Amino acid sequence: MELIQQLINGISLGSIYALIALGYTMVYGIVKLINFAHGDVFMVGAFVGFYSITILDLTFFPALLLTMAVTALFGVIIERIAYKPLRNATRIAALITAIGVSLLIEYGFIYFRGAQPEAYPADVLPTEKISILGVSINSQSIFILLTSVVLMIILQFVVHKTKIGKAMRAVSFDAEAARLMGINVNNTISATFAIGSALAGAAGVIFGIYYSKIEPLMGIIPGLKAFVAAVLGGIGIIPGAMVGGLLLGVVESLVSAAGYSLWRDAVAFIVLILILIFLPSGLFGKNRREKV
Amino acid sequence: MTILKRAKGFWLSITLSIILFAVIQFLINGAYLNGFYINTIFFMGINIILAVSLHLIIGITGQFSIGHAGFLAVGAYASAIMTMKMEQPFVVSIIVGGIVAAIAGLIIGIPSLRLKGDYLAIATLGFGEIVRITFLNIDYVGGASGMQVSHLTTWPWVFGCVLITILVIRNFTNSTHGRACISIREDETAADAMGINTTYYKVIAFVIGSFFAGIAGSLYAHNFYIIQPSNFGFLKSFDILIYVVLGGLGSMSGAVIAAILLTIISTFLQDYPETRMVIYSIILIVMMIYRPQGLMGTKEFTSFFKKKKDIGGGPGDGKQHTVA
Repeated sequence: MELIQQLINGISLGSIYALIALGYTMVYGIVKLINFAHGDVFMVGAFVGFYSITILDLTFFPALLLTMAVTALFGVIIERIAYKPLRNATRIAALITAIGVSLLIEYGFIYFRGAQPEAYPADVLPTEKISILGVSINSQSIFILLTSVVLMIILQFVVHKTKIGKAMRAVSFDAEAARLMGINVNNTISATFAIGSALAGAAGVIFGIYYSKIEPLMGIIPGLKAFVAAVLGGIGIIPGAMVGGLLLGVVESLVSAAGYSLWRDAVAFIVLILILIFLPSGLFGKNRREKV
Repeated sequence: MTILKRAKGFWLSITLSIILFAVIQFLINGAYLNGFYINTIFFMGINIILAVSLHLIIGITGQFSIGHAGFLAVGAYASAIMTMKMEQPFVVSIIVGGIVAAIAGLIIGIPSLRLKGDYLAIATLGFGEIVRITFLNIDYVGGASGMQVSHLTTWPWVFGCVLITILVIRNFTNSTHGRACISIREDETAADAMGINTTYYKVIAFVIGSFFAGIAGSLYAHNFYIIQPSNFGFLKSFDILIYVVLGGLGSMSGAVIAAILLTIISTFLQDYPETRMVIYSIILIVMMIYRPQGLMGTKEFTSFFKKKKDIGGGPGDGKQHTVA
């Protein structure tokens, strides 16, 4: 029973990773950039959610929607200011810029607000223990899982059934050809950043409700782990990011359950390195040969 | 003739640096510098070693590693164990620190250097974190509360290590091996096709870089009285990365100048860590957008003194080349 309990914790944690990983994977798929600032968008989302719940007195769903709108806008601003001028620069230059943007958001936030942590109020979602077949599950976990599943379904719908989703897939397949076919590549890239950032913002709110403590540097580790999740599933592949996130969350919970909770953060990176060495294109990726 | 001329430049720079050494030693001995300035100078030296060692990996070989603080940590802990637990002299601990870090570099380099670009960056970042978490979980070295280290770093040690690092890496860059590394940076596939064993040279550069990072770690540990795993997080790696990027990827003098400049800036801003990081990050972003080649590009400081010689036939001489 203990094991099942841990599995449920792992799935809740994993769904948070999956939501962040989706943004990484979409942005990487379309501009081939590891958006280091993505973890910080997640952090900003957690704070926007916190302020909209405590100051604006919103309930969970309006707060979630407001947060997603704000972080989507934030993601687009980051993309327009920092990444757009570097569209044709080297990969290393883009990566260094992404690191710079990440540090700027973290420390700019601390500079203007201070580094003190905040605690989410405990009564945002009902916290009843529901017991199913002898396993007691916190109703919060179910809410969180449901929210992330719904968001992922909406994302699948957007990517596969709408015009903008089609444009996104076209640009990620071949940006130059997409441009020739009359697709506005810049707007499509911005839309990708907006959708990815909105999901990260939602993950921030969910994280805040689940773990209650939020602080300005909280985005770094979940951000990196979500990247691991994206690589695990095969970067650029949307279902891969979902599966990778859930898998990583479960592995981490099992490691904690086995009594190595201090090693939890190392596990994600060990998984990353093993994946990169033995299966570099990820679980769902296709192997591509390098051409000269 | 050219060999003699080059040797002249070499001995000139050695003489200049020994004069610099003597002046600072005199200032320290005569107590003209208070502890704050001496500490800043030590820091500069340590940062120069770190910057130059990472310059070999990123600037010369083109392998984007952002886990350099991991090797710094390995060197720091290995040398601290040598002096504090094994009671060895400082010189032994410096060498052991370097060697252990080099071994760590070898172990990490062989698997991860098969990766390229972004993936390599993330893998090295991951390794840096694994190193930090490992030290956090070893009680022998004090876990999270850290390890007490006696203060042994002195100016002659710092200066000697900086000089050796710069000399070794400069000569390595100008050797056959260094040329091979530069060719990997320019085009790995082409270098491979020309018969260069790319994996071998990448690992060599990585190991040398980690060796000197380990030496910097020994100096760092014995300058600080206490070392903690939290000193070696990835913010430290980013600090080192910023020196190399700001100086210009591929320019050793650029890395040295950037290390000196940023050490001065961060010393003055040490009471305002947020401001420091905000400035650093803005420098990085603006730099990448407007001057991605860094302060010096791939030029060296000495090239400003050299007369422009027109040898002809090189790629930069502006003449039209006709093929066959």
